[in-house]
Amino acid sequence: MATDEQLALTRALSGDGGLGVEESTLVSIIGKWRKKPEHISSFRKSFNRLFSITGHIEKCEDDHMQKLVMEFSRFHQITVLWAMHPHERDARWANQVIHKNHPSSILVEIASTRSAEELLGARRAYQTLFHHSLEEDVAYQVKDSKSKLLVGLVSAYRYEGQKVDNDVAKSEVKALHNALKTAGANKIIENDEVVRILTTRSKPHLKAVFKYYKELHGKYLEEDLSGDALLQQTVLCLDSPASYFSQVINSAFKEGANHAETEGLSRVMVSRSDVDIEEIKEAYAKLYGAKLADVISKKTRGYFRDSLLSLAGESKA
Amino acid sequence: MSTLTIPHVIPSPQEDCEKLHTAFSGWGTNEGDIIEVVTHRTADQRNAIRWTYHDIYGEDLLKSLDKELTQDFEKAVLLWMLDPIERDVTLVNGAVKKWAPHDRVLVEIAVTRTANELLAVRKAYQEKYKKSLEEDVAAHTTGDFRKLMVPLVSSYRYEGPEVDSGLAKSEAHILRKHIKDEEYNHEEVIRILTTRSKSQLMATFNAYHEEHGNPINKDLKKDPKDDFLFALRSIIRCITCPERYLEKVIRLSMKNTGTDEDALTRVITTRAEVNLKEIKEIYYKRNTVKLEHAIKKDTKGHYEDFLLALVDSDEE
Repeated sequence: MATDEQLALTRALSGDGGLGVEESTLVSIIGKWRKKPEHISSFRKSFNRLFSITGHIEKCEDDHMQKLVMEFSRFHQITVLWAMHPHERDARWANQVIHKNHPSSILVEIASTRSAEELLGARRAYQTLFHHSLEEDVAYQVKDSKSKLLVGLVSAYRYEGQKVDNDVAKSEVKALHNALKTAGANKIIENDEVVRILTTRSKPHLKAVFKYYKELHGKYLEEDLSGDALLQQTVLCLDSPASYFSQVINSAFKEGANHAETEGLSRVMVSRSDVDIEEIKEAYAKLYGAKLADVISKKTRGYFRDSLLSLAGESKA
Repeated sequence: MSTLTIPHVIPSPQEDCEKLHTAFSGWGTNEGDIIEVVTHRTADQRNAIRWTYHDIYGEDLLKSLDKELTQDFEKAVLLWMLDPIERDVTLVNGAVKKWAPHDRVLVEIAVTRTANELLAVRKAYQEKYKKSLEEDVAAHTTGDFRKLMVPLVSSYRYEGPEVDSGLAKSEAHILRKHIKDEEYNHEEVIRILTTRSKSQLMATFNAYHEEHGNPINKDLKKDPKDDFLFALRSIIRCITCPERYLEKVIRLSMKNTGTDEDALTRVITTRAEVNLKEIKEIYYKRNTVKLEHAIKKDTKGHYEDFLLALVDSDEE
């Protein structure tokens, strides 16, 4: 018959159905079972997800151990990220895309959702940390069709005023539509006009372009870009970052989310906590019909959960 | 080094303003006094004069100068009186608005300025024109030139001295391959020239020369009339030796009949407080005449006096 502690420990170390582990449970059981190695031994024998009897010991299963290490480190990771300077954070994330093969979507996220000054700060931090310019490394490492878009995005220093020339915006709607018509679905990301418009124009200007596009063609530009996920993401990041971030968070919670997707949760919560977390909560509620705080409370555990709730501006559940 | 001569005892901004105001009043203009004041003050001192003038007389000094002066002399004085970043912003905007493939100004400014100076130009450009520099360059250039110029003005090059010599060799090889195949507009050529740090590029050009026999610019001279090739060669020269590049701009501005006053004014006003001394030395070595002599021969009137006052560091 499993004791309460064994059950609690099993739950705490399962790492399934949620992110994070119950650190506080562990700490208290460690105290309770001090000098009682037979309890731990009995637990090992009962918990065969993590331990399998091999020879005379209950050996740790590598896969599950990796998973646990990751879950234990979530809190650690989010704390370190939180403490870091925002520019250093962005520079390190960018570097992981370039040198550790993390998804390019993270680079698009950083380049398109940060303000002009924040992106500049990230570029400076990148130079300090890695002794290269960000654009130099992106251009060198990304040699496929995404290169033009990514280099353009990270090099941008967009005008941030509200002034928009509506005639120019309308003509750029035409240019985009033509580009979409003439380019093949997989070539659109390399189209000079598309790249020029998306990587140099100011955000208010682009919002006007997106608005006129819908008015003129009856569809949202993103719908017409459905053949290219990165371009779609670029448009969404530029037009409505709160919706974009809600989607990233949602992906982290879905069944079978992969490592990159679950990392997105920490990344978004830490990087947006001081910026637009309120708008993200609103957008999330609209998109998914649930309160972000509720979903976090349900789907995450331990200190990790508590830190997410704090970052979201919520008190502990 | 700067070629400006500053008097030992500098009049106060108020005194300078009074002298200028007097120079404007009455019939005609006392250009001599204007030159005397403005060409012997540093950028900070000139800024102080502008603010003080506005405080005392309620008008922007530049407006008054605009009213009183004419032609090349006026253009030069107005450009000179601007703060260095404002000046670059004005020059770059002028170049973008009437951009043509033979434009030299964008390359000159984008490549000879430091990374932080170029950034400051981009910031100031936005404040003044309510658009980003790269957005305007992208909108006014096409084809290969756009591919080259947008990254060039958007670059924020790393400025450390580190050099990866293996990388320099391999990128020299890449450049050689595309130059040999006459693919001058290839993405790799543009990537290397517009993103690498200046130190890394110098190493790359050296490696190019060592491994492939010719200095890279020699291999880029296939068609002397080709504007794109000229732009590439200019970028390379501005990186390896900006003073020699600028000497050539000055030299060509006074070649044969006719003078390209815009180019002459631009280089002299933008470099007088930076490295005009070195440029003069190169000019003398190259042409066996002093720059002052050439200016005297090729320009006249107040414009000539103004330029000489900036250029001649041994003025009595």
